[in-house]
Amino acid sequence: MRRDLILRIGTKLILPFMLVFALYVHFHGDFGPGGGFQAGVIAAAMLILHSIIFGVRTTKQIAPQGMVEVMVPLGVLIFASAGLPAMLFDMNYLNYGVYDLQHQPHGHHLGILLVEAGVIITVFSTMLAIFYAFGDRGSS
Amino acid sequence: MEVFVMTLLLTLLAVITLVIIRQRSLFAVVILAGIYSFLMASVLIVLDAVDVAMTEASVGAGVSTVLFLATLYLTNSREYPVPRSNLIPLFVAVGIGAALVAGTFDLPRFGTADAPIHKHAAPRYLEKSIEETTVPNVVTSVLADYRGFDTLGETVVIFTAGIGVILLLRGRRRRYSPETGEEIHGE
Repeated sequence: MRRDLILRIGTKLILPFMLVFALYVHFHGDFGPGGGFQAGVIAAAMLILHSIIFGVRTTKQIAPQGMVEVMVPLGVLIFASAGLPAMLFDMNYLNYGVYDLQHQPHGHHLGILLVEAGVIITVFSTMLAIFYAFGDRGSS
Repeated sequence: MEVFVMTLLLTLLAVITLVIIRQRSLFAVVILAGIYSFLMASVLIVLDAVDVAMTEASVGAGVSTVLFLATLYLTNSREYPVPRSNLIPLFVAVGIGAALVAGTFDLPRFGTADAPIHKHAAPRYLEKSIEETTVPNVVTSVLADYRGFDTLGETVVIFTAGIGVILLLRGRRRRYSPETGEEIHGE
């Protein structure tokens, strides 16, 4: 599909909007529907569309396979370690109140953002890594 | 209006399911499954579950359709008719379906406010979410904060699925020489 002009230009036009929508869904998750999971899938779908039109090799230059595969455990690590500081202050694991001890609800808000960041990283990279794994199979 | 839309969507879902069963071309089946997911996403929007609808549209219709197409590229895209009789599977499917429908008669009616699920912890979350987390979207505060441990578990599940697929599909394929039966190294 690399030579189809309409598909190529159409994809180029739609890609930035997909990415912005993914970020909107992520950072607006506290106020509207959505959150890390949905945002991660939409962002991964953006790169998968890119690779369908421009080829997996071009996409791997944007999001290298090694980086994507490191991001899979990184997200889980961010999520799991976001709960640890609370234990130092004798609170329950994953109690985000610790991030702002003077005004605990605010700390909870910060903690949710941190945790959602872990979720989006894992979901995005897992979807992309699975797609890359299929792509490798086809080319060899 | 809502009843009309719901009836239309569910009828379309049933029609597509029947077409998928009859269809032998797997390419058509994959595309129909994508349409099924989009219809399902519309059903979820009618049920006011917008974030689930988003997930269904992007995972069900987007990513998994692409993965199915990639699989078709690696294998055959035609399903061979099965010579065995379909009677027993049909019987099992109808039996389980009937049991599930019979099970729904004991559930509280859809959308009733005094169903047990709305009386346990949900009112507390709804009342205290802003006070305790300053997050107006209760779905997010329940997912990430009140039920943070569950979400951590879900993230680990996604991680495990990803690692599993990478381990299975990635890495060099072993090739064996047809003459000697020894492993050939390199591409």
